[in-house]
Amino acid sequence: MKRQPSEQEIRDAAPRLRDGPGPGSPEARALDETWSDAPGLIGWFSAINHKTIALRFVVATMLFFGAGGILAALMRLQLARPGNKLMGPDMYNQVFTMHGTTMMFLFAVPVMQAVAVYLVPLMVGTRSIAFPRLNAYAFWVFVFGGLMLYAAFFVNAGADAGWFSYVPLAGPDFSPGKRVDFWAQMITYTELSAIVEAIVVITTALKLRAPGMTLNRMPLFVWAMLVTAFMILFAMPAVMLASTALIMDRLVGTHFYNPAEGGDALLWQHLFWFFGHPEVYLIFIPGLGFISAIIPTFARRPMFGYTAMVLSLIATAFLAFGLWVHHMFATNLPELGKSFFTAASMMIAIPTATQIFCWLATLWTGRLNFKTPLLFVLAFFFILVLGGLTGIILAAVPINLQVHDSYFVVAHLHYVLIGGAVFPLFGAFYYWFPKFTGRMMSERLGRWNFWLMFVGFNVAFFPMHLLGMQGMPRRVYTYQAESGWGQMNFVSTAGALVLAAGVLLFVINALRSWHAGAAAGNDPWGGGTLEWAASSPPAPCNFHALPVVHSRDPVWQPLPSGPPAQPPLPTHVMGLTADERQLLVTTVVDARPDVLHTFPRPSIWPFACAVATTVLFTASIFTAWAVVWGMVPVAIILTLWFWPHRHETARHLAMERKP
Amino acid sequence: MRAAALLSVLAVATALAACEREARRFETTVPSPGASAPESPRVGALQPATPQQGGVKLSTVSQGPYEGNAFAVNQGKRLFRWYNCNGCHAMGGGSIGPALMDDQWKYGSSSSAIFASIMQGRPEGMPSFGGHITDDQAWQIVAYVRSMSGQLRKDVEPSRGDTLSGGEPEVARKPEKPRPADPPPQPPVGSR
Amino acid sequence: MFEPAGPQAHLILQLWHLIAWTCAGVFAAILLVLVAILLRTPRAPMPAAPDLSTTDKAEPGPRRSVATAVVASALLLLALVVASVFTDRAVARMSLVDAVNIELTGHQWWWSARYINGPVSDTFTTANEVHIPVGRPVIFTLKADDVIHSIWVPRLAGKKDLIPGRTASLQLRADEPGVYQGRCAEFCGLEHAFMGLQIVADPADRYEAWAAAQRRPASEPADAQALRGRELFLSQSCAMCHAVQGTTAGAQHGPDLTHVAGRRELAAGTLPNTRENLQAWIADPQKHKPGTNMPSTPLSQADLSALVTYLETLK
Repeated sequence: MKRQPSEQEIRDAAPRLRDGPGPGSPEARALDETWSDAPGLIGWFSAINHKTIALRFVVATMLFFGAGGILAALMRLQLARPGNKLMGPDMYNQVFTMHGTTMMFLFAVPVMQAVAVYLVPLMVGTRSIAFPRLNAYAFWVFVFGGLMLYAAFFVNAGADAGWFSYVPLAGPDFSPGKRVDFWAQMITYTELSAIVEAIVVITTALKLRAPGMTLNRMPLFVWAMLVTAFMILFAMPAVMLASTALIMDRLVGTHFYNPAEGGDALLWQHLFWFFGHPEVYLIFIPGLGFISAIIPTFARRPMFGYTAMVLSLIATAFLAFGLWVHHMFATNLPELGKSFFTAASMMIAIPTATQIFCWLATLWTGRLNFKTPLLFVLAFFFILVLGGLTGIILAAVPINLQVHDSYFVVAHLHYVLIGGAVFPLFGAFYYWFPKFTGRMMSERLGRWNFWLMFVGFNVAFFPMHLLGMQGMPRRVYTYQAESGWGQMNFVSTAGALVLAAGVLLFVINALRSWHAGAAAGNDPWGGGTLEWAASSPPAPCNFHALPVVHSRDPVWQPLPSGPPAQPPLPTHVMGLTADERQLLVTTVVDARPDVLHTFPRPSIWPFACAVATTVLFTASIFTAWAVVWGMVPVAIILTLWFWPHRHETARHLAMERKP
Repeated sequence: MRAAALLSVLAVATALAACEREARRFETTVPSPGASAPESPRVGALQPATPQQGGVKLSTVSQGPYEGNAFAVNQGKRLFRWYNCNGCHAMGGGSIGPALMDDQWKYGSSSSAIFASIMQGRPEGMPSFGGHITDDQAWQIVAYVRSMSGQLRKDVEPSRGDTLSGGEPEVARKPEKPRPADPPPQPPVGSR
Repeated sequence: MFEPAGPQAHLILQLWHLIAWTCAGVFAAILLVLVAILLRTPRAPMPAAPDLSTTDKAEPGPRRSVATAVVASALLLLALVVASVFTDRAVARMSLVDAVNIELTGHQWWWSARYINGPVSDTFTTANEVHIPVGRPVIFTLKADDVIHSIWVPRLAGKKDLIPGRTASLQLRADEPGVYQGRCAEFCGLEHAFMGLQIVADPADRYEAWAAAQRRPASEPADAQALRGRELFLSQSCAMCHAVQGTTAGAQHGPDLTHVAGRRELAAGTLPNTRENLQAWIADPQKHKPGTNMPSTPLSQADLSALVTYLETLK
């Protein structure tokens, strides 16, 4: 698509610089300046560069991970001995609820979205995420929602009805005060943020891909995030509905969940788990995406079975919506109906198994480069597979009725979530840290980190299977010595502390490497996807010349195999403006160039709108009128945000008329 | 600078209010204000279960200890149901007992007055609960009774119960201005 | 759950063995493949060029292996689904002839049980300790008074939720005499950890004797201490919540105490039922079960002793 630039100068009189392969320094400098965020304090709050927002997002979610981990350590310390008096029931109920809520809502899904916000534009070969200001807004809304929940926790108003908050316990009669209200409103924040991020990821993956990157050539990680984003769009509204009905019951006096007045306690469970089951796949599928990115690089060959992998991701996403009743097997729903959910819950293992077999085939037929990212991925095969198999056990209704709501389920959920998401996430951090920061993490510390986490995790959580089988229920603040559970609880606590040490080692490794790690080039691991073609860290504009893609692993195969074509195939996009934020929008399936689009500049309005949204949401915990009055500043700020400016419009029109 | 100071004061005040609202106290006895109060005779003849000897200890403070504690108000709501206050007072609207959600108070609307009414009993049918329920429970009921006419802070007032709806939940009621009760209507003079 | 004492638990354990061992086998297979990969796959020192030979041609070997593995997994899963459904049906088909009917209601944080068998005059209520006859089916009708609870007696059956506004049913049978520990298995608030239920399976004659005793009202106290205790019971706060059949105490907010002395544990499994524990419990329930709805009863030591003496006569 080499195109001789032929356009007239605009009124600004500055000569227009253009990008292209092999740019000279004025073009590169201009591009970098165009795509940078503004300096200064206001500039910090106005930043919209996707890499900046993504790194802040990752740091925020990892801080929440640390908070959730500290809460878990407190729980384990309380349960280490029978009759322990470290915490009473009220504090313990708050701690375990905050632990689950933090991990599920404030860490697991957002961290995946954060990494996607960083990597998806780079992997599809573009300069920005779609809707960058909306992306910034989603980040700020998330941060404020999490801070609100923790502020409540620190004034003894932490949620205490469990992370899935069943009614009537979480209703107005049995959870007095504002604790559950803060929880329910936090859901509104985080789900708004998640839905917005989903929209942004879908648009980027479908419309901003480099020319030639057909859907058939899109990296598996991007497929995983695309599938996740679609799932978010369908799952989040269910929980927003559930939590809104709960807030209304508590604040205004409706009867959604009041059986005496025609409501139903099970309505909550249906609505919540219709979201809740896809939620765990929202956490798991990005983990699968990480693995699909790491394995080819460390097995030195393209992924085996690309088509099967993509179809498995899509099948998993569809099936995930048909499983939710397996959280409700102990209720008095009809038995035949429950059997359908047994079948569905077992069936979803098939696409996941397909992916596992394809990965194993890739590893078997490749050549292994044994670095830390690969170690974390190999741990997945041990931990997640074990967790998935206990899931198969749980899917059978009769067995479920024995071990539901016992420590067996606690073991299962941690095996699948930590094995299926956290270990791949840590592998992803080791893998992409050089790209994010330009420095390598220490291999030696990485191995120590890995083994401490692996051993600590298994020592902490494997005994919980046995505890559940011995009758220990979930969510108990203590237990009696006669139960005989003391020994295994003690072992579990010891393992948890080892796991915590491993995580601490990761933090140390990350901080030290960030300051003094070995310099990494563009492509320290020899990866094949497009992010490895950018510098480390990438320039603000990602690529000084956007690539044209001819294969699934463009860095390994910039041109298709076989004799060179005549005339030669294009390798880069030329002709985009260098002093305006211009991007190439391509078609959805075949990524043929479609439109040139100008992206917005940094703006303070996303931050301001997030502040106004925070005021609206938090005040509505205390009075329903806040919903009305709180809309006013939000509306004003949105107006200011989208108000078109004459000089911008003129510039865009000029660029449209004479591209 | 001054705005920042004002904001921090507001934040601290909100935090303290929240801490008090959410506190769950499982103590055996609330530090009873006026615990050294002398014994007062029961004013009502009725008592639940079997009658007890002796008088009851009242309190001398006007503000109950649980007015800012949502958990205690909720416990009071439960006890109101359990001890069958509904039997005479319905869910606040009154039947053979006076309404508790309006603005009229025969024996005083302050916390200590309501505490006395509950513990001593009152003529014309209010049983004396002194010695049959603990002081702590009585203060919880007092807090709930005051919430029925909207006397408590909005964030402490209970919302709807998990029962048949008895009208507006307490949190939605307009705060009444307590005043002495109107005298009962006299029959017209000269009629036979 | 590994020492089943009744048909429900037994069936579940059988299914457990089938599925757990199958899954263990699959896990072992995958681990074997992983170990084989770690042992036999050649290493690639950095920087080794990637092997791009596979991008153009098909890989029949791996494709066959993966396809076989997927099909085998699907067939295994189908078999497990069938096994699960059959077990479910078998559990539901336990004979209910000559069943004992017990209406079990879950409260925050105790259980009330009403035996509804035969004529209405034979109905009686007890709490936290439920006796059943060995070898006869028991139908629990499950109701909840406040929030969602769940009854779980692992040696006898799977669990069932007690949901306010709904009536559920759990059927089980104990085939061996013994004391079976149950607990609440759905988070129900502050003292979910101490909401135990004991199911005592007695041989038929002992069960009938127990039921007959439960139907009788409380015996008249014999000595002065016990009489004083009863007087305290009725005039202090006890009668506001607890019932003792045969006295004027008839409230239903706390466990029925008509035969409390015959129970093994106090406060739904919080404490063993001894004189000292009973005394300690009444003096300060919050110390043993913080958050429980029972208030402490301010009594002098002599009065407390008399009250406990009375309660101990309630066999």
